[in-house]
Amino acid sequence: MKKLINSPNTFVRESLEGMARAHPDLVRVHFDPTFVYRADAPVLGKVALISGGGSGHEPMHGGFVGHGMLDAACPGEVFTSPTPDQMHEAAKAVHGGAGVLFLVKNYAGDVMNFEMATELAHAEGLQIASVLVDDDVAVKDSLYTQGRRGVGATVLVEKICGAAAQKGYDLARLTTLARRAALNGRSMGMALTSCTVPAKGSPTFELGEGEMEVGIGIHGEPGRQRMPLAPADSIADMLSQAILDDPAYTRTIREWDPSTAAWKEISLVSEPLRRGDRVVAFVNSMGGTPLAELYVLYRRLDEACAGSGIHIERTLIGPYITSLEMQGASLTLLRVDDEMLGLWDAPVKTPGLRWGI
Amino acid sequence: MTDRDTLGRKEIAAWLELAADALQAARDALTELDAAIGDADHGFNMDRGFQKVRSLLPTLSQQDIGSMLKSVGMALIGSVGGAAGPLYGTGFLRAAAVTSGQQELSPEAVGSMLKAMLAGIVERGRATPGAKTMVDAMTPAVEAYDRAQTTGAGLCPALQAAVDAAEEGVRATIPMQATKGRASYLGERSIGHQDPGATSCALLLKALHSAVCRGRNA
Repeated sequence: MKKLINSPNTFVRESLEGMARAHPDLVRVHFDPTFVYRADAPVLGKVALISGGGSGHEPMHGGFVGHGMLDAACPGEVFTSPTPDQMHEAAKAVHGGAGVLFLVKNYAGDVMNFEMATELAHAEGLQIASVLVDDDVAVKDSLYTQGRRGVGATVLVEKICGAAAQKGYDLARLTTLARRAALNGRSMGMALTSCTVPAKGSPTFELGEGEMEVGIGIHGEPGRQRMPLAPADSIADMLSQAILDDPAYTRTIREWDPSTAAWKEISLVSEPLRRGDRVVAFVNSMGGTPLAELYVLYRRLDEACAGSGIHIERTLIGPYITSLEMQGASLTLLRVDDEMLGLWDAPVKTPGLRWGI
Repeated sequence: MTDRDTLGRKEIAAWLELAADALQAARDALTELDAAIGDADHGFNMDRGFQKVRSLLPTLSQQDIGSMLKSVGMALIGSVGGAAGPLYGTGFLRAAAVTSGQQELSPEAVGSMLKAMLAGIVERGRATPGAKTMVDAMTPAVEAYDRAQTTGAGLCPALQAAVDAAEEGVRATIPMQATKGRASYLGERSIGHQDPGATSCALLLKALHSAVCRGRNA
């Protein structure tokens, strides 16, 4: 293993310390428990938007803390969900009196830890809601799996909801928007190499020179399928077709009901993409794939969308939700309307995403 | 050999110490199992959590069993992360709730503790048997304990039955296709691998048996 680290045990902490020093105008970092928060938190009267998950996906989530995006992010160990005390303390630290919305990626660990944090925050008297992001079309069903993973759409949902919170949406309206944005996102990823978790010291899986993994998540885990390596256009076609041809997706999730202070099961449906839809297109590097290769993929994605009558309104190209140094990429299409598009364009100023300000 | 067939505070402390030893020793093996079908962190997370528990042991020595188990649950929730933190954490909190104020547990009370632990894990994770999770080790263990205990076997034979059933349950996860947790994303590719959560669960039960039955005539 060759990495720019001092020790696997101190890696996450030292990286966060570095980020805090690099961006003192934007973020602060609290340790024990660990969370990244806006330098100007709490913003009074604003709903606090909080996300979190394992480390190793940088800039997500800590790099998206700041004006117009997240109020706090809770990083776990590498690829390990953070713990409920982190979310709970972050919520207490950054809430501005208008409630807290947790944005949670659909992984068993993330979901359970955020559920416990929700119960803790509620017991503390905080107004709390949570929305699940589960956009990975590589996972076909929810009956025989944990359900779709939260991947690329997470970045877009955080941007759109962060702008809405900044604009003054109240908790109910923000929650509705977050759910709508999440339901409209679809992603698919692939890997050319595995990645090495520092504490483990060797690659999570072995991939031959002529092979690729298709349908991967963001934790260096193997995908749905191992296939012979193909040219970029074929890969772009395969990923974009999986997204464009994805049928309606129904899942039952547990959502916190503040009125009864209990969990209730609700059924949600993602409608398929249709001719005439407008989208934000996101081509993401898993960490080790250079921008130039992402543009090769985007070139083909743009053609595929045009061919399917999908209008790409905005693009995001780069490493925003990564798997350490893994080579590979994911494509995300998120259907938008005027409201979401306006929120997408709104100013944002975070270590990882900045425009209009 | 103790005079009475019970599980006391000293044995709970010994259990936690032995569990910390076992998880430390199994750290890399559990992580390897997790690398095959998950995200290569289970061994590290469990080791980190139980070293945290070990560091608390001196402060637990004067507490009743319920308070000890509650401290363990909170420590695991706050240090393990992943799915295992909330699952084992909730399990220990439920075990704490049914042993509150107790200085020692009868074989029957030990059964209730194990049942409560399983119920907590199932409620938090919503896994059913056959999903290739820790439930596949814990469920047969609780059932085997119950069977042995209700037919009059003592504490140690009942715990031995639980350990045997858990280990059998661990082996049974190998041909299963995962439908819960991160391994479920692999679909059929999860078949042929032993579940790391079931494996750590069996280690915990084995540590409990060792703590109670070392030096006892079964």
